[in-house]
Parts: sequence; C-alpha cells; structure tokens
Amino acid sequence: MAFLEIKNVRVVGMATAVPKNVAHNSDAKIGGNDVDKFIEQIGVSERRESMLLTAADLQVSAVERMLSDLQWEKDSVDAILSVSISPDYPLPVNACMLQDRLGLSRECYAQDISLGCSGWVYGLSVIATLLRDGNIKRGLLVTGDSKMHWGKGREALLFGHAACVTALEYEPGSEGFKFEFGTDGSNYDAIIMPKSGLRNLHYDDEMIKQFEDPFMQHSMEAEMKSLDVFSFSISRVPESISTLCDHFGVDFQTCDYLVLHQANKSINQHICNKMMVDSEKAPSSLERFGNTLSSSIPVTITTQLKGKVEDKKTNFICCGFGVGLSWASVAFSTEHLVLSDLVEVDDHYYDDLKWV
Amino acid sequence: MKTLDEFVALFAEQLDETDPSTVTAQTKFRDLEEWSSLLALTLISMIDEEFDVTLKGDDVKNSETIEDVYNVVVSKK
Repeated sequence: MAFLEIKNVRVVGMATAVPKNVAHNSDAKIGGNDVDKFIEQIGVSERRESMLLTAADLQVSAVERMLSDLQWEKDSVDAILSVSISPDYPLPVNACMLQDRLGLSRECYAQDISLGCSGWVYGLSVIATLLRDGNIKRGLLVTGDSKMHWGKGREALLFGHAACVTALEYEPGSEGFKFEFGTDGSNYDAIIMPKSGLRNLHYDDEMIKQFEDPFMQHSMEAEMKSLDVFSFSISRVPESISTLCDHFGVDFQTCDYLVLHQANKSINQHICNKMMVDSEKAPSSLERFGNTLSSSIPVTITTQLKGKVEDKKTNFICCGFGVGLSWASVAFSTEHLVLSDLVEVDDHYYDDLKWV
Repeated sequence: MKTLDEFVALFAEQLDETDPSTVTAQTKFRDLEEWSSLLALTLISMIDEEFDVTLKGDDVKNSETIEDVYNVVVSKK
C-alpha cells in the first residue's frame, strides 16, 4: 500500500473557472426513453459546457483570479502542475503553455499529469513534494477538463466543464498532508477512449465522415462500463479512507468535511450511507456542475463551502477515484483559506488569441 | 448469511412494476420488462449493503436467474 506524509506545506487558496454557458439536462435530446430516471439517478440538473473554451482557457481564467485574490506576484510562482485528460494538444503539455499565457517566470517548474477523477489528490501529492524542502516556495496545482467527447450516450449528461487552481506554499511547521494511493490497471477499460491513442490509431474514410457529421457518434469518444465503475467506487472509496485513517491514526469523526470526487449522485450517496456520513458533512456540486473529473473536489470546496471554512481551522478528508482505475485519499487542514468567487468565462473571451 | 428465499424477497423489493408474488428463484430477471442498467445498479447497491459483497458488471450479465446471482454472492462471501 502506498502511503505518503508531507509536512511544511499548506493550501493557501482555491479558485474555479467554468464556461458561462449553462446546459440544462431537462432539455436533453439524448439518452432514450427513461432518460428522466437516469438524470435523477446521476443527480445532475445542469452543467457548464462550451464548444469553444479549452481546458487551458479555463485554467488561465481560474489562475488569474487566484493570483489577484492572493496578491501573489506572477514571478513568485515557482511551479505549475496541470492535471487534465483533455489537454489542448497531445504535445506540448498544458503546463508549458500556461507558463507563458499566465506570464509566469521562465525559471518555473512546469509539468502535466494525465489522470482523471483521482487527479487532484495525486497532483496535490506531487506539488506538495516539490514544496516540502522550501527550495520551491509557491506552487499552483491546476486541474481542468473541457470539450471531452462522450458521444450521444447518456454519459454526456453527466460531465461538466471546469478548471480549478489550488495554490500552495512552503510553510515551516505546517502539518501538511497524509495520503493513501491505489491503482487497479486490470480494469483499464472500465473508462477508456479506445481509438484516441496510438494503439488503435487510424484515419479511414468512415472516420472522416463521422467527424464531418456533428450528430454522429465517432470512434474516438470515451466509453464507460458504468456497472463496473459503480462496483469499484462503492467498495474502494470507503476502504481507501478507512485505510488512510487507520495508518495515520486520523480520527474520522474529527474531520469537518468529507469531500468526495463527484462521480454521480447514486455512487456518492451509497458511499456516504456506507460510511454513515450525513449530507452536511459531505458537500456536493453535482446538481449544478455535474461530474467535473479531476476538478470536482476543488469545485465542490469553492462552490459549496465558501463562507463556511475561511475563518477557522478546517479538517478535510478528500478522495478522488476513477479512470485507471486509480484512487487516492488525503487528510489535511486549512486555516485562513482564500476561496475565490466563481469565474464564469464567456465563450468568446479568448477569441483574439491566435492558436495553431 | 441470508437464505435464497430471503434473497429473492430482497430482489423483488427492488422492482417497481413487477408483482413480487410472481418473482421466484428461477425468474430470468433480465427478461423482465422493467429490467434496465439502472436496476442493475440498484441490485449491486442492495447486495453491497445487505451482504457486504460487491458484484461486478459481468457477475450480473453472466447470471440468468435470480438464483444464479445468489450463488455468485455466496461464492464471493
């Protein structure tokens, strides 16, 4: 079992950026006859969706707000880590472009992590490791996903677009983070985009036709085995959290908030019932933002806990779980946390920028 | 461990539109008119709660009767 404890680093603030455009699931034209039942079960009424804004666009908007709210000079940021499974390009990685778009120093450490719903917790472990010795003093963990292809299947009603930044800094004496990680690659195909990497790469006439028809399902879209994802989530998540608590002697009852990855309502409710956690202690952003992949934990904190946690010491336990299959839990505390107002980005905000 | 009869009764409770008195151990549940992937989730969820066993998608797909599902649960217990 992989455990990690990192001290002398604290979370300073979080900000979320989403497309201004709201997609209402009640207007959905897909999903078949009993789609109402499905929407009720996933617990998503509306999602933010843009056909234009990329993950990096949303990431830039979130970081700009965060830096301004923290009054951090751009050249004081020593490291930026992007977590996304829908980066702007396969090459280069988002983090390198973000360095320039945000005007960060060229001395900046920049790297991407390609993980889905477990990604925020994994990213936290990497950036905290970079900061722990105090050579690098300020770091940004930036999640973001947008424009993913979930096809005309029901999955499209579950996922929302969002980007979040979590700002961290070196602080000697800070309690830091306690982590537990796990991976089960035998279920690699439980959530997969089978035709979008190099194993099955092909551009045939059929595929070109599919691309030209915006209403046709094409073979580069993501697929999900929902029953297997459900089984995995309801068994692994409670296990991961109790393993974390047992290993580090963390009393689960002293945790103020259990912030779970927002998979869907039935998964999250089942986990909370199993762990006997009431809904006040386990906030949810599903109804208004859907499943926002690796952003879902910070989306939930910034949108649901604003005004409740900033002025006091707050103990969090968070668990991310999903594609891989991969999962990770973390326990940490915050004090004087800065939670920025939600940033809503207009579809045409970045029109003036020229891209390859 | 609950008996097969108790399992059948729990299974019948998950159904909305099927008369519970018509549900038996030999019922081919996937032939029920109301059977859906949503019901499969409800079933996995019920089994996790009542038996502390987590079935996978294939466990449900490869079962024909309710008794088949019960046997998978027993084998994983």
